Amino acid sequence: MSTVSRGFRGRRERPSVELPPGQYLVEDFPVLSAGPTPSIELADWELVITSETDEQRRWDWDGFRALPTETVTVDLHCVTHWSKLQTGWEGVSLDTLLEGLETSAGFALVTSYGGYTTNLPLEDLTDHKAWIAFRYDGEELEPEHGGPARLLVPHLYLWKSAKWVRWIQLLDTDEPGFWESLGYHNYGDPWQEQRFWGD
Amino acid sequence: MTSSNLSGDGNALAGPLHDLFRVEVTTAIGRCTNCGREGPMAEARVFDHAPGVVARCPECGQVLLRLVQGPGRAWLDLRGLAYLQLPVPEQA
Repeated sequence: MSTVSRGFRGRRERPSVELPPGQYLVEDFPVLSAGPTPSIELADWELVITSETDEQRRWDWDGFRALPTETVTVDLHCVTHWSKLQTGWEGVSLDTLLEGLETSAGFALVTSYGGYTTNLPLEDLTDHKAWIAFRYDGEELEPEHGGPARLLVPHLYLWKSAKWVRWIQLLDTDEPGFWESLGYHNYGDPWQEQRFWGD
Repeated sequence: MTSSNLSGDGNALAGPLHDLFRVEVTTAIGRCTNCGREGPMAEARVFDHAPGVVARCPECGQVLLRLVQGPGRAWLDLRGLAYLQLPVPEQA
């Protein structure tokens, strides 16, 4: 297990009260969702990554949990203005999942159980910036927070950290996701306050 | 918070959509493009603990309507509705 990364280490050195513009601090962990919480049996769970040339990687739960994991402490920033600091997660780095995969794709489209989608540049999933997280605060991730496993991309607004992740498509062209196609910013950097189209 | 209190019925659409259309949307009749169910929007399952408002078909769960409200503008997606029959006040 390793603790990462340069980016988050840097963030922890800032005063704990510093928040992105327009954000306020919460101590609880609000639950936001665009749909019902899916009931996912671990025996049925799978994670698939497909490349732009249709190369495919697939893990069942046991295979996924056999991968090396990392523990990270990160700040979360929701576009609905709340921020939660110093949250502890355990997950598998996207660097591990993508290791050795031949791709020239520039983008990723993430699809969840239940149909939610979100898009982001592939470079925002690599270099110790993103994880498939399955444990929060030392406990198995609760379904309301995305369990059994969710994407965690803490340097972007939290809608990018798709709950109940199932499929990551690597694409040559960008494809806006559920919120990005309806007014929300395509990238979503909280420190640039990129909430809506044109921000 | 549990999943049971993450959503409400379609009456949660009344405020945000009245701001846009000035009509009583909850009594409007909609048809789901997925399963064909027809019924008052008040019967939709509405998720508004989210970055926007999402109304889903109570029968099949398809997204009927999405609404995002930003400063000075709003975005509305009605792709999940084959039609929406809106009540219109009679002209005097």
